[in-house]
Amino acid sequence: MQELYYKSASELAELLAGGELSSVELTQALIDRTKSVDEQVGAFNSFDEADALAQASASDERRASGDVLGPLDGIPVGLKDNLAVYGQPLTCSSKMLERFVSPYDATCIQKLKSTGAVLFGRLNLDEFAMGSSTENSAFGPTSNPWNLECVPGGSSGGSAAAVAAGEAVFALGSDTGGSIRQPASYCGVVGLKPTYGRVSRYGLAAFASSLDQIGPLARNVKDAASLLQAISGHDAFDSTSYKAEVPDFVASLESLKGRQWTLGLPKEYFAGVADSPALEPVRQAIEFYRGLGCEIKEVSLPHTEYAVATYYIVATAEASSNLARYDGIRYTHRAESFDAKDSVDIYCQSRAEGFGEEVKRRVILGTYVLSSGYYDAYYLKAQKVRTLIRQDFERVFREVDALLTPVAPEPAFRKGEKEDPLSMYLSDVFTISANLAGIPGLSLPCGYSGGLPVGLQILGKPFKEDEILAIGQEFETAHPFKDQHPKL
Amino acid sequence: MEYEAVIGLEVHVQIKTESKIFSPVKAGYGHEPNALVDPVVLSLPGALPVMNKAALDGIMKAGLAFGCAIPDTCKWDRKNYFYPDSPSNYQITQYDQPICQGGEVEIELPGESRNVMGEHKAIKLTRIHLENDVGKLNHFAEDSLVDYNRAHTCLMEIVSEPDMRSGEEAFAFLTAIRQTMVYCGISDCDMEKGQMRADANISVRPVGQKEFGAKIELKNLNSITGVKNGIEYEIKRQTRELKKGNTIIQATWRWDADQGRTEPMREKEDAHDYRYFPDPDLMPVRVDDVWRERIRSEIPELPWDKQRRFMEEYALPYTITSVLVPDRGLSDWFEAAAKQAPDLAQALGNYVANDLLRELSEADQQLGECEMTPNSLLTLAKAVAKGVITKQIAKDVFIEMFKSGETADQVIERKGLKPDFDESQVRIWCQEALDENPRVVADVRSGNAKAINALLGPVMKKSRGKASPQVVGALLRELIDAGE
Repeated sequence: MQELYYKSASELAELLAGGELSSVELTQALIDRTKSVDEQVGAFNSFDEADALAQASASDERRASGDVLGPLDGIPVGLKDNLAVYGQPLTCSSKMLERFVSPYDATCIQKLKSTGAVLFGRLNLDEFAMGSSTENSAFGPTSNPWNLECVPGGSSGGSAAAVAAGEAVFALGSDTGGSIRQPASYCGVVGLKPTYGRVSRYGLAAFASSLDQIGPLARNVKDAASLLQAISGHDAFDSTSYKAEVPDFVASLESLKGRQWTLGLPKEYFAGVADSPALEPVRQAIEFYRGLGCEIKEVSLPHTEYAVATYYIVATAEASSNLARYDGIRYTHRAESFDAKDSVDIYCQSRAEGFGEEVKRRVILGTYVLSSGYYDAYYLKAQKVRTLIRQDFERVFREVDALLTPVAPEPAFRKGEKEDPLSMYLSDVFTISANLAGIPGLSLPCGYSGGLPVGLQILGKPFKEDEILAIGQEFETAHPFKDQHPKL
Repeated sequence: MEYEAVIGLEVHVQIKTESKIFSPVKAGYGHEPNALVDPVVLSLPGALPVMNKAALDGIMKAGLAFGCAIPDTCKWDRKNYFYPDSPSNYQITQYDQPICQGGEVEIELPGESRNVMGEHKAIKLTRIHLENDVGKLNHFAEDSLVDYNRAHTCLMEIVSEPDMRSGEEAFAFLTAIRQTMVYCGISDCDMEKGQMRADANISVRPVGQKEFGAKIELKNLNSITGVKNGIEYEIKRQTRELKKGNTIIQATWRWDADQGRTEPMREKEDAHDYRYFPDPDLMPVRVDDVWRERIRSEIPELPWDKQRRFMEEYALPYTITSVLVPDRGLSDWFEAAAKQAPDLAQALGNYVANDLLRELSEADQQLGECEMTPNSLLTLAKAVAKGVITKQIAKDVFIEMFKSGETADQVIERKGLKPDFDESQVRIWCQEALDENPRVVADVRSGNAKAINALLGPVMKKSRGKASPQVVGALLRELIDAGE
């Protein structure tokens, strides 16, 4: 029999509904699992056992009195440690926020609370979501459950590893340039970056405001759909959240099933690295869709080669401003023995101590590209290229319903392998265009290479998460990789 | 060589709104430190700004009142700089697409005397934009504390063209801005509460030279008088330097009101690179004609227009209008009465500008708190016009009315002030006064016409003040002339 901690949310919902399982038993099972494996995996920054069990017990009471709030009631959800939860730490895996406790809830957290889900744990990330390996955490790296020598990807590495290792049923992450999809791929779980504006960013510690989106990481497509359902919708507290009807993502998995999709293969993605042997499973997945009768078309996204450069200008510019609030004056780390003649000394010494290398690198880069005399050449130019990249997608989406691409150029790499920041940045080459264009992207396990999971990326039209989820589920149903688990 | 000054002002005005500019937290003054804060105001991780529409309404009202163009689109930018009064370490402002462009402020310069209207002049505006205010630092011996109550208050910045030439013009500019803001209900512009603040850019050049001289940005001008004095001092200082053959170096100086002098604050080399870029958390604002027209319809008659109309329509003297008009409530109060009896407008204007203001001040009351109404004042003006009571008695009746809220007729009735005699009785009293004061009569007859005034008192006394001094004067003259 499958271990409780590897069951999907939909299976668990049935067990809870049937009275075969209580939320307290389920939550306890995850706590026990976490205690037994997290020393190896390192997915959690912290968890509040008593708080989780109290939420679970409240859920059981609701169920006993017939007041169940919905299918997520009583099911634990792991949370990336950059989402604000009232009364819980919010560290962003940074020394800067090591002792910060949030006095308010993010909108997605409020929404989750209203579904009765049990909020469990603070999951590790690259500091302020800056990185692709979760090695940039001030509290130590997370390991890939499939091979502890390897990285889980990043920046939502804690979320992906926790789901893969059975420490979380599903989890929330955030994706600025691939930070949900790439770790999902590396850890063999499903990850979805929603359309920009689909999920409120209120309460997500900002890295790059015009690129950040919160999204689910889950064992299967259906769980991802139901978690996305819970957090989607317009929010008066986020001016960039979109006033659009939220479809029933779970129901549309059924209603869209079997449709003959037209799927595009961007030739720029397959020209180089995507031909590597490591990405054989991606090519097999494409053949699967052809076999289903979908039309497979080669398409062109001509500005792809500028995406990484564009991204690292836009993202770092916004980050340099967003992270200015972490200054040692109010709630952040303050250098203990600062030699303060004035507030500038407090800033300099606190930020020197509080931020890690990668954060400093990006803040300095972002400050540079916004500087007077350089703005036009870098930031303004990057915004123009960003428009061209968005137009590339608009054009191909007139021809195809979705795009199939690899998630990353290779499976999970070994810790410490990418010491050169630029080589790390290039591992985002397939994912960052979706953030620049604002479109949704799904990362789906599609096979293994050298014992490590490989992911397929399905990019969709704006606000058509339902379509890429349905497309993904076709493959998943035929290839139950979701039932394979790492040995821990 | 003759020199002239070139002055531009940057004026910050807080917009009076219920809540803050980017958060639903209440905006206010005089609360416990850090009572008016939330995650947005404190810039906690994850907090996001959301635009307060009332702030946009307020600035559009100001813009339309000053004749600015309101483009179809404006946007938000971040101005990045570190300072402990700004929790995000950036200010959300409007860099290259402000909501109000151009426009002008009509100012009045002092006239030859207080009774004469001075020259009117238009000062051009460059722009008006919206931004968030910052917190307040309080410095102590050992440390500094910061209060974020003021942070994220809605703030507009009015930038003028370098159109002013003297401290007096700057003074008039600020006065005009304040009056318009108060009139439109946009702001109370109380400089002591920081609701209006001004910085001045001042340069001096030889008369006839087209190019501007190097400018000094003058800060810490904490009152309208401070602006005038600071600018005048700075003009003199710069002119003196130039005359000595020295050059002015562009820099920021501050006005020290206690010492009555300006002093350097920082050099241009220390100028910030603010790294402006569009704020990704806020969408651009689109303005359409429906919105523009709704705001335009909410703008009341503006002060200068009202003053010109009062002088024309009610034939009020400049001095009275310059008391009534700057206070919108007072001028509306006046007009509520004057509209019903335009022929009594001058008397009404006098009562409002003199008696009403005096009584309010003595009672330490606001206009809205007093018992007297425009309609009751009208009964007084009518009673005097009809000759029911004298102007002299009306002064006392006014005070009674102010205290009790009664009409003039009620006070006259209650206190028995209505004359209980006719003109023949007054004639008898006059004759008595002549008989009792033969020396005065002789004096008048010998050519000293003014001496007749000495007879007024005794007659008024006989009538217990109820006789009309005009009638008494005329009768006395008639009787003296008749007796010659």
